[in-house]
Amino acid sequence: MGMDQKVSKNPIDKKRLLKDNSAYLIIVGLVIVSSILSPVFFSKQNIMNIFRQQSPAMLLAIGAMLVIITSGIDLSTGAILAISNVCVAYFITSLNFFSPSGVLLSIIVGIAVGAVVGCVNGAIVAWLRMPPFIVTLAMTTIVRGIAYVITYGSPIRLPVDPVAHKGGHAFFYFGQNGDPLLGVPYTAWIVIVFIIFFWFLMRYTTFGRILVATGSNSDAARLAGINVKKYIFSAYTISGFLAGVAGVLITARAGIATPGVGSGFELNAIAAVVIGGASLAGGKGTIGKTIVGVFIIALISNIMTLTGVPPYPQQIIQGIIIIVAVLLNAGKEK
Amino acid sequence: MEQHRLSMTNITKRFGGVTALGDVSLHVKRGEIHALVGENGAGKSTLMKILAGAHLPDAGQIFIDDEQAHMRNPKDGIDRGVSVIYQEFALMPEVTVAENVFIDKLNESKRKLISWKKLYVDTQEILDRLGFGVVSPRSKVKDISIAHCQIVEICKALSRNCKILVLDEPTAMLSTFETQQLFELLKKLRDEGVSVIYISHRMNEVFSISDRISVLRDGHNVSTVNTGDVTESEVVSMMIGRDLASYFPERERRIGDVVFEVRNLSSGKVVNDVSFNVRAGEVFGLSGLVGAGRTETLMAILGELKRDSGKIYIDGKETKIRSTIDARKAGVSLLPEDRKAQGVFLDLPILHNMTVTCLNKVSAKAGIIKARRERKFGSDLVEKLQIKIGALTNPCSSLSGGNQQKVSISKMLGADSKILFFDEPTRGVDVGAKIEIYKIINELVAEGYGVVMVSSEMPEIIGMCDRVAVIRNGRITGELGKDELTEQNLIKYSMEV
Repeated sequence: MGMDQKVSKNPIDKKRLLKDNSAYLIIVGLVIVSSILSPVFFSKQNIMNIFRQQSPAMLLAIGAMLVIITSGIDLSTGAILAISNVCVAYFITSLNFFSPSGVLLSIIVGIAVGAVVGCVNGAIVAWLRMPPFIVTLAMTTIVRGIAYVITYGSPIRLPVDPVAHKGGHAFFYFGQNGDPLLGVPYTAWIVIVFIIFFWFLMRYTTFGRILVATGSNSDAARLAGINVKKYIFSAYTISGFLAGVAGVLITARAGIATPGVGSGFELNAIAAVVIGGASLAGGKGTIGKTIVGVFIIALISNIMTLTGVPPYPQQIIQGIIIIVAVLLNAGKEK
Repeated sequence: MEQHRLSMTNITKRFGGVTALGDVSLHVKRGEIHALVGENGAGKSTLMKILAGAHLPDAGQIFIDDEQAHMRNPKDGIDRGVSVIYQEFALMPEVTVAENVFIDKLNESKRKLISWKKLYVDTQEILDRLGFGVVSPRSKVKDISIAHCQIVEICKALSRNCKILVLDEPTAMLSTFETQQLFELLKKLRDEGVSVIYISHRMNEVFSISDRISVLRDGHNVSTVNTGDVTESEVVSMMIGRDLASYFPERERRIGDVVFEVRNLSSGKVVNDVSFNVRAGEVFGLSGLVGAGRTETLMAILGELKRDSGKIYIDGKETKIRSTIDARKAGVSLLPEDRKAQGVFLDLPILHNMTVTCLNKVSAKAGIIKARRERKFGSDLVEKLQIKIGALTNPCSSLSGGNQQKVSISKMLGADSKILFFDEPTRGVDVGAKIEIYKIINELVAEGYGVVMVSSEMPEIIGMCDRVAVIRNGRITGELGKDELTEQNLIKYSMEV
């Protein structure tokens, strides 16, 4: 009986335009407020610092966005980051992979471990039809448990002697420094490449198009003959893979691997995706706004640190601002 | 003057531009079983939803026991003693029979602690009174039979002191024996003074149980008669009686070879040994009552329902279809019956809806979409199907129902299918859009597509189809050629007359 006679909406609805782009407005507002509050904010060092610090977060957020767009959720990326982090350091130190090729192999192992865990997540969600919240929550415990087993609970320090451990040193140098021309951290460059790749993937390829469709209405997609499961599986696999890469970047930056690293990162990533206007119901979200979402969270904490807000109150304010941002963005959805 | 338990007078209800009910009146006496009949879409359900308070009428009044009743929401209906038992039960499967029966009392009770003992005893009392003491108040609803679920619904209604009990196709899922039991119960309730409104397609049941019959047609009253004064065929002709020939544009019939055939298809209890074939340039209809197994037959062919047996032949070659993915590769596409939930991607742009099944046609090798080629593809389809859109980038939700349905059809065409399944292609669209969709289907068969059409509207089946199989309880009860297609024949095969 659903006879509807909806009149076609005006495509340039001002209110909607404002709401759709509220993430951009928030970030512009934040930059203005920050530069007024702190003279240091616009210094090159501070900005590069934000970039370096946020590199892993951006990778996790891209993965989270791909999963959320299928109307799923991935809570395991923080733990995957940790196991990748631990695996890289473990391979380099325990197997004496100090040579450049050994380090490269260790990096590949770290990333591969992430991708494999993502595959398992995806396979369980897509083919065994278990709720992603539970699957990835359980996977968090399993994966972090393995990270603790590998390290016996204690951190692994990377040997970075420039002569004896050529590969390890280069790896650490890579994590610490930027290119000589612009001074942009190498890790940030890597992330920028990923951002561009996934932006292109989601916007201009059949993969991105169908991924969004499966999240928008999985029944319609399945009945139209689309292999919905394959796409859901891919989303979790990519999310795991990116978490693996993020783990490698953290190892390079810190020169040390700890099994407890990255806890709570997955929640920040999800928050960034939602601040960026994606819907947890799926079918909606873009890479660009997701990255903006990461920056919104990063800038809030950055400016509070610069203005001397102590760390614990920072958390409270950060939480409040996330709620306000999401409210501006998605709160009015029916 | 005769005293009426219920008087609904001059009820009018419009949905958008469509008039679902126009000036309809219904009078039900105290302690009678009153049958409400009419074709699908005649307005029976809408009328009952208004009585229950689920829909607000645009005009008209409701009197219960000669007192005007304002039904603004379902709670008002319940408070006035109206209980509607829909085909889909409103029971909570995971909790006990007793809790389901007394859900309102549990909600309203000032005491927040539940006296389980009293709850079970009270429930048992009602069940015993109805003659269904075998149902245990302690069972979970999910563990009892469908017939017993219906009894639980009736108990729930009685616990609400129901004066008017509405049953919508109550026997659809019941065996003959269970139906008899239900009838005994309804008679008992009638004798206790409850007014029962009984909606059914099954003429023999209507005649064996009702005291009076009201007939609705196209949202208007036809008449109310005493059951004893009329024959079944008189009631059937009251239900039909209209000239719809002008609806259905003529087409030249050029029927080719068999392009699709299914043999001995069975799936659980819903599809039983179904065989049929479709020729190129032919519209093959699947007719039958709601729930007879028409949609299920299509779903079993597509691999959406598990098949117990059955072989599928496309162009004479046996083809394995395990899923909709295989079906798409084999050239079989479905227009699902529920447009919004299964047919279109409401939030996505119109263009993305149209090309989602055929992105390979508008993209380069690496899967990179060629924007210009895609737009061209989309605007060609818009022109071919005459879809009225603002812009291809607008969301599909911005379109009217009829145009959304056309977008859904365009999705099938993009996939290069040769065999098209239309499941209720005109459900929920206005009359103008209906005719346009008929034209589209005609054009497609003229191009050589083979079409299978499921429809609950008999005029649509008669107007559109070249051949029709009638399904009842998952079995084909008859296949009718063009010259045998009459409403009487369809009714004969689809109901147990």
